[in-house]
Amino acid sequence: MRLPLLALLAKEPAHGYELKVRLEQMFGDAYPPPNIGQIYLTLQRLERSGLVHSEDVVQSDRPNKRVYELTPAGREAVATWAEEPSDGPRVRDYFFMKLVLGPLAGVTDRLSLINRQRRHYLGLMRSLSALAEEAEDDEGAAEGNKIGGLLIEGAMLHLQADLDWLERCQEELL
Amino acid sequence: MSRLASRPLRLADRLIEPGPPLLRSVGLTKVFKTDGGVFHAIRGVDLQVRRGEFVAVMGPSGSGKSTLLHVLGGLEPATSGEIWLDDQRVDALSQAKWAVLRRRHIGFVFQFFNLVSSMSVADNVEVAALIGGASRRGARARREELLGELGLTAKAQAAPAQLSGGEQQRVAVARALAHRPSLLLTDEPTGSLDSTNTAAVLRLLRRSHARGQAIILVTHDARVASMADRVVNLFDGMIADDAAVRPAPLCPATTSSVLELRD
Repeated sequence: MRLPLLALLAKEPAHGYELKVRLEQMFGDAYPPPNIGQIYLTLQRLERSGLVHSEDVVQSDRPNKRVYELTPAGREAVATWAEEPSDGPRVRDYFFMKLVLGPLAGVTDRLSLINRQRRHYLGLMRSLSALAEEAEDDEGAAEGNKIGGLLIEGAMLHLQADLDWLERCQEELL
Repeated sequence: MSRLASRPLRLADRLIEPGPPLLRSVGLTKVFKTDGGVFHAIRGVDLQVRRGEFVAVMGPSGSGKSTLLHVLGGLEPATSGEIWLDDQRVDALSQAKWAVLRRRHIGFVFQFFNLVSSMSVADNVEVAALIGGASRRGARARREELLGELGLTAKAQAAPAQLSGGEQQRVAVARALAHRPSLLLTDEPTGSLDSTNTAAVLRLLRRSHARGQAIILVTHDARVASMADRVVNLFDGMIADDAAVRPAPLCPATTSSVLELRD
C-alpha cells in the first residue's frame, strides 16, 4: 500500500478518501477496494518516516480534512521504486511440497493431488473469466476497467502457466 | 436410413440443461501402425456426453486428445470399442454412412479454419446448411442469421483469404453450426488466434452452448476449457480425470489471490 499511495501523491496532494477513490478508479473491479482505515494508517506511517507531511484544511460546512503532500524524500522513494526491476512471479511451492511429501506420508497419491489442483485452477480460471467479462461489458468507467482487465489477464496467464506446470508434473511423476 | 439420421432436429430438441445421453463411448481404443510397430493412441476410453453438454478435453501433447475427437466424429475408424450417438451404434458404420451422419448431426471446427477458399464467406456457410438438408431459402436465412450474429454480414461476399484469421475462424464456427448439428466437435479452435479473436470465438461458442448446443472441445488453453461444464483430462490415451468445472471463489480478495499487487 505504501508505494501506490506515494505515487498518487507525487501527482498532487490529496486526502485519504480521495486516494481510496483514485485507487478504485485506476484499478477497476480487478483489485480489492482498498480499506480506508488501512490507507489512513499507512499515511500516518509515511508521515513518521518523513516521506509525506500533512496539514489540516479548514472546510466551512464539513469537518476539517487532512491533506497529504509528498516530501523531497518521498519523491525520491517513488523514483527509486519506479527504477528498480520488479521480482518475477513467486514460485508456488506449497503444492509442490504436498506433491512430493503427501504420498510419502501415505495420506494421498499424486494423481489425486494433481487432479484436485487442476480442478481448483480451472475453477479459478472460470471465476476470472467471469470477472474479465464484467470488466469488458461495463465500458462506462473506461480507464479503470482497462487496467483492471489487464490485471485479470495477467492472473489468467499465471494460472495457465501453473496448469502447464501441473501437466509437466503429471508427465514426469506419474 | 437410420432412425437418427432421418429424424429432423428441431430447436426444441436442444435443451438448455444437459439432457439424456447424446454420445457415448465404451472401451474405445485406437492403435496406429507405425514403421517401428504400433502406437496406442487411445487405450480404453469410456466417455459420455449428454445433450446440450459442453465438455472440454485437456491433456499433454500426445495424450490422444485430437485422436479421440477424430474417432468420435468418425474421421478415423476406432480400433475397438463402441461409439453410440443417440441410440444408434455408429463405430462400425462405413465411411459413406459416417459422412451422412456428420452432414446431418455433427459440426467440426479445426485450428486452421479449413474454409473452401474458392467460395465466398456466404457460400461456405450456406452450402453447409444445404448439405445438411436445409431448403435453399432455409439455408440462406440460416446464413444471414449466423453471419449477422457474428458481425460478418458486410464480408459475406468476400473470399476467405480476404479475412483475418479471427474472422475466418468465426466463419468456420458459423459453417459448423449451419446445419444445426446436435454435436459440435472442435479441436483447438482458438489455437492460432490472438487474445481478442479468442475472446470473440469463445463468446460465440458460449452463446451457442447457452442455446443448448452440445460441444466437445479439445484445448490446451485453460481459459477456453474453464468455460465448459466438464473437463476431461486425458493422459496416455486414458481418462485421468473427469470433473465438473465449478467457479472457485477468488478469495480473500478477487485477483490478488492469484496475482499479488505489491509495493
